[in-house]
Amino acid sequence: MDSQAIATQPAHGQEEHGHPPYLRHHFATVEQQRETASFGMWLFLLTEIMFFGGMFTAYMIYRNWYYPAFVAGSHQLKIWAGTMNTAVLICSSFTMAMGVHAAEIRKRSALLRWLTLTILLGTVFLGIKAYEWHDEWVHHHVPGLNFSISDFTHVDPHYLADKPLPPDMAEKTQVYFSLYFAMTGMHALHMIIGVSILLILLVKAWGGAYTTGHMTTIENFGLYWHFVDIVWIFLFPLLYLISRHQ
Amino acid sequence: MSEPTQHEVLDTEPTHHATHIVSPKVYGVIFASLLFFTGLTVAASYLELGVFNAIVAIAIACIKAVLVILFFMHVKYSSRLTKLTVAAGFFTFFVLITMSLTDYISRAWGLW
Repeated sequence: MDSQAIATQPAHGQEEHGHPPYLRHHFATVEQQRETASFGMWLFLLTEIMFFGGMFTAYMIYRNWYYPAFVAGSHQLKIWAGTMNTAVLICSSFTMAMGVHAAEIRKRSALLRWLTLTILLGTVFLGIKAYEWHDEWVHHHVPGLNFSISDFTHVDPHYLADKPLPPDMAEKTQVYFSLYFAMTGMHALHMIIGVSILLILLVKAWGGAYTTGHMTTIENFGLYWHFVDIVWIFLFPLLYLISRHQ
Repeated sequence: MSEPTQHEVLDTEPTHHATHIVSPKVYGVIFASLLFFTGLTVAASYLELGVFNAIVAIAIACIKAVLVILFFMHVKYSSRLTKLTVAAGFFTFFVLITMSLTDYISRAWGLW
């Protein structure tokens, strides 16, 4: 077949095939295309589970080894900030789910509204997180940069039942804070990437994308956003809550 | 010949996936339960439960994660292929964690 013949072939994906233009020709149906995209996205998310899972396992093992240091380190976090951030992130998951729903029922204005709300909530989360990090910097809790064990060798006025740690165990609070910054940092990086992608999605949705029946991008982004929410759902109790007593 | 049931269709085509639009009402209920469980886990952390503080907190986190996966991430309404993929992923993750922990708890590491 020469190039002339190819050029005169009917354009693919047009109405004479009886399927929408966004259906790629290697898929049999729109459902199959959608299913394939979602399957691929889940495989990616499974690699993300393994990625965060390594850090969760490290946290579990070190918490067993240096238990008093992890309790003392955890007592320095602000539970109100963590609780607020959990609520903010759950709200953003809800707005994202509603955004996917808006795309499904092809409502452009609703999609724009929910995406904007999700961006706002994601930014609020990062703002509260930045405030917490700044506070930890001020209190010399950042290992490797400005760490001081003085908060852990004296009795914390908020936790009078705590005994001051011996200096060698107080040094191990650095392990807690290293894991804290690694885990919340990687989570925040995922949030920053998420908000950046959301801005692109918002611009495209403004131009009318995703509300014409082809919405795998929005759907898969929703999966990503909910996954990031799930990581925080586990980070919050492990870092902030489970060491309140003892 | 009677119409094949949904299960028979799924058996012959595990990726069969009739698009299911989840209603905003379901999202609202899940949203409210997630906020409720967040409040519950914070409240439980203020109680003195001994070793159960950690167990309760992680159990509530698991419940919240399952709600997000099933409803917000649509796994409840997905094909068998997707369900199996998600389940296989978490199963593999638990196998890896268990193997790492059996190694650590069976040695005298961390005693110095």
